[in-house]
Amino acid sequence: MTLLDVVIFLPLVAFLMVLFFPKESTGGIRRFSLIATTAIFLLSLGLIGPYWFSNPGKWVFETNVPWITSPAIRYHVAIDGISLWLVLLSTLLTPICVLVSWRYIQKRVKEFFAFLLLLEFGLVGVFCALDFFLFYVFWEVALVPMYFLIGVWGHERRIYAAVKFFLYTMAGSVLMLAAIIYLYTQAGGTFDYVRIVAGLQNGSIPLSKGEELVLFLAFFIAFAIKVPLFPLHTWLPDAHVEAPTAGSVMLASVMLKMGTYGLLRYCVPMFPNAARTCAGWIATLAIIGIIYGALVAMVQPNMKKLVAYSSVSHLGFVVLGIFSFTQQGFDGAVYQMLNHGVSTGALFILVGFLYERRHSLEIAAYGGVATPAPKLSTVFMITMLASIGLPMLNNFVGEYLVLQGTALVNFRWTVFAAIGVILSACYMLWLYQRVFFGRAPDDVSHPMADLDLREYAIMLPLIVLMVWMGTFTQSFLPPISASTNVILGPVDARRDVHVQHVAPGRPVIAQAKERADAR
Amino acid sequence: MPASFVPSASDYLRILPEIIMTVAGTLIMLIGPVLEKKKSGFSILTLGAFVAALASAAAANNNPGVSFSNMLIVDGFATFFRVLVIGVGILTVLSSSQYLRREHAEAGEYYALLLFSVTGQCVMATANELIMIFIGLEISSIATYVLAGYLRDDKRNNEAALKYFLLGSFATAFLLYGIAWIYGTAGSTNLGDIRTYLMTPGPQRNLVLASTSAALMFVGFAFKVSAAPFQIWAPDVYQGAPAPVTLFMSAGPKAAAFAVFLRVFMTAFEPITPRWEGFVWSSALLTMIIGNFAALTQTNIKRLLAYSSIAHAGYVMVAITAHSQIGVAAAMFYLAAYALMNIGAFAVIAHFSRQGERFVNVDDFAGLGWKQPVTAALFSIFLLSLIGVPLTGGFFGKFYIFKAALDANLIWLAVLGLLNSAVAAYYYLRIIVVMYMQEPGEATNTLPPLGAGIRTTLWAAALGTLILGIYPSLVLNFATSSSVLVK
Repeated sequence: MTLLDVVIFLPLVAFLMVLFFPKESTGGIRRFSLIATTAIFLLSLGLIGPYWFSNPGKWVFETNVPWITSPAIRYHVAIDGISLWLVLLSTLLTPICVLVSWRYIQKRVKEFFAFLLLLEFGLVGVFCALDFFLFYVFWEVALVPMYFLIGVWGHERRIYAAVKFFLYTMAGSVLMLAAIIYLYTQAGGTFDYVRIVAGLQNGSIPLSKGEELVLFLAFFIAFAIKVPLFPLHTWLPDAHVEAPTAGSVMLASVMLKMGTYGLLRYCVPMFPNAARTCAGWIATLAIIGIIYGALVAMVQPNMKKLVAYSSVSHLGFVVLGIFSFTQQGFDGAVYQMLNHGVSTGALFILVGFLYERRHSLEIAAYGGVATPAPKLSTVFMITMLASIGLPMLNNFVGEYLVLQGTALVNFRWTVFAAIGVILSACYMLWLYQRVFFGRAPDDVSHPMADLDLREYAIMLPLIVLMVWMGTFTQSFLPPISASTNVILGPVDARRDVHVQHVAPGRPVIAQAKERADAR
Repeated sequence: MPASFVPSASDYLRILPEIIMTVAGTLIMLIGPVLEKKKSGFSILTLGAFVAALASAAAANNNPGVSFSNMLIVDGFATFFRVLVIGVGILTVLSSSQYLRREHAEAGEYYALLLFSVTGQCVMATANELIMIFIGLEISSIATYVLAGYLRDDKRNNEAALKYFLLGSFATAFLLYGIAWIYGTAGSTNLGDIRTYLMTPGPQRNLVLASTSAALMFVGFAFKVSAAPFQIWAPDVYQGAPAPVTLFMSAGPKAAAFAVFLRVFMTAFEPITPRWEGFVWSSALLTMIIGNFAALTQTNIKRLLAYSSIAHAGYVMVAITAHSQIGVAAAMFYLAAYALMNIGAFAVIAHFSRQGERFVNVDDFAGLGWKQPVTAALFSIFLLSLIGVPLTGGFFGKFYIFKAALDANLIWLAVLGLLNSAVAAYYYLRIIVVMYMQEPGEATNTLPPLGAGIRTTLWAAALGTLILGIYPSLVLNFATSSSVLVK
């Protein structure tokens, strides 16, 4: 039993313990959830250990034990440099979400915190699972609590949003399930990620060109819905707007990463040929998403919807980075996943603060907030600048790496994607101007309260991270690069490797390398 | 072999469960008039008989083999289904007594009919021969026809029973006709003999007649398992029958009918697979589509679950289409998981509907999640399992069925089936939405607490559903080891 197993299962244990709390002791449930999630976060910091002085460059904290004997399903978990940060992101944001919901959630408190803990269990598991079946289980387990978080504690159109969210994800994931089962049969009866990827890359699991493309698409659609990639994004604005603040934060910061993580971890290394074949189309969709998301965000009258569409735009960068097949692109994509988690999560929290004060999400209901609440305005400004991509703050690094990566492959993509960066400055600054400057609407009588201690405690770690990730990238990037390098191997854009289909038994990659060397 | 028609002791031991249940049922009929006052005694007696039958069915598996001149067979497959249908009987009794008391209709006949019906299903599970299959089917069906109309003053009950009886008899006639054809062709009703006949090439082999017989028998079985295009009766009957009877019908008779379906088509008609595969393929797809899409618009929860049960029959048909050992094991596992989750769901309805089944609309469940959190949480487990969310038996069952289908290269059927299960998520979610996301209405505010019997049913079913989802190996290994039907 490794530290990772503890981090995976503690949320489940905490979830079960919350169920035994009496319904009335809301204070106790809140405190317990905060202590439990904070403890889980502190424990999860220990996962950095192996990466502290060196880069293992392989799986660490590995556990591999049989779960179900026939069909052979194993509990196989481990982390690498990519999973490490995504796990930490999940464990960091859960206690923050507990604090965010401290006063906001007044009805059905017990169930709310129980679902939040169950959600953490599913999310952490998704990023660590190395068995396809296990991955699918965690993937779906995370779906159910989020459905309830939106549907029970959301705003007016919450039921529509919750059902739409569930059905979209479900429709994508059943196709993925079919692909997983098919792979199991082809791989000779194993769900093991490491073995299947190795088998696919050395040709011992033979796939025809058509098979590879269909399997790639089955996985890709499931992940693209989750990302969400244009034109599959329509569930996202609904889900975000209707969800309670904590739901929006978990959804934007962690859950969307399930999709991009899946693309990077599964789609690219398993089906390199199909991924390379489709890269042009996917990059086009990503660029459309970047620009379309930004343009729609600009005209939103609703703050949450604005942030939601900005997510579509930001996640487009991640997908673009992945499908550039360059080291910089991959690193930038992973870095951007984390950046988006921190800064968009912070934006949703701040919008939640504003909502708690004035009970409206409409931009028109605000104005001149900077005068009565200068601290809130300052924090919002830092977050907003981070989200735009100002140098020295986190998003700049990710976006820069992605743009550099795409420039190596196709300079036109870079140009179009850079337009998205400019547009993000437009809608964010305009939002800030309308909400914090100018005059308050006439019907507002009482002044707006500034940040209190709890709200400071929520925002402080996020602000610190924004600056830290923007300046000391070396604290985060080396483990990421080491792991993305492994994934990049068979698909590197600049090596001009054309992995070819050969008769089963002949090592495909080796052959391709020979040709690359011969050039 | 010298012809000896005197049954041996082991013959009797192999049908001990049937003997116990028949004796108990007859006893209840006899002492019914005497015990007019102490009606709760019947349910205890029935439970005792079921438990004894369960134990003897499990014990019979230690000494497998054929009995009564090869007419019955006790093997792992038979044991699996005998245990399953007797288990369904136990849970039915537990969820019935409170309901019957509420409707002022607790009487011995109900329990006797239940015992007879389960006896018939056990005969079906062990039958090794077409006439025994027919007899078992009739014992089970006739008792179920009466049960469907058990509350004889209720119009809906009458309608259900009449429809079920008329259409059911018609379907049975098809089955019998099919048996006659194959007897005329192969000269035997024994499944093994028919198989040998169909496998032996020569001028005496007539595949056209055999296929006709298979088609006729398919009609009979498809009716019993409510597979398209013979599913029309199911929604009306499920909606009209008393809730505990619907609970029973959707689990026990269906599982037994699938047992004979599997046994006949995997042994006797296995040599002519290419001739029936296409029919079962289209029937499976049609069943899933009709069930799921019709369920989308239902407002009555019993009718909704009736359509859902049609859809689930479609998933099992997918496993039959795969006609492989793993397909048989998948169907067995799925039927067990399905029985548990469906019994749980109908037990909640039996509890919730109140006298005269007034509250059976989906909207009546508004706010149940906050009025009776435990009931609603258990109901949610059953619904999530019906959707097929991981860590529940329903997910693993579906996973295993579609794995069997993909192994058998039925890629389109598997993909369409999986997409169907995504559609199904919508109508199950609707119930969860009403329970947790709407304010309580009259129906939930006046809800009495759970009775002991139904509570036991719910917890047992929920526990079973979760165990099948988290540690399926227990059941799966047994199902796999007993899925070889051709000895």
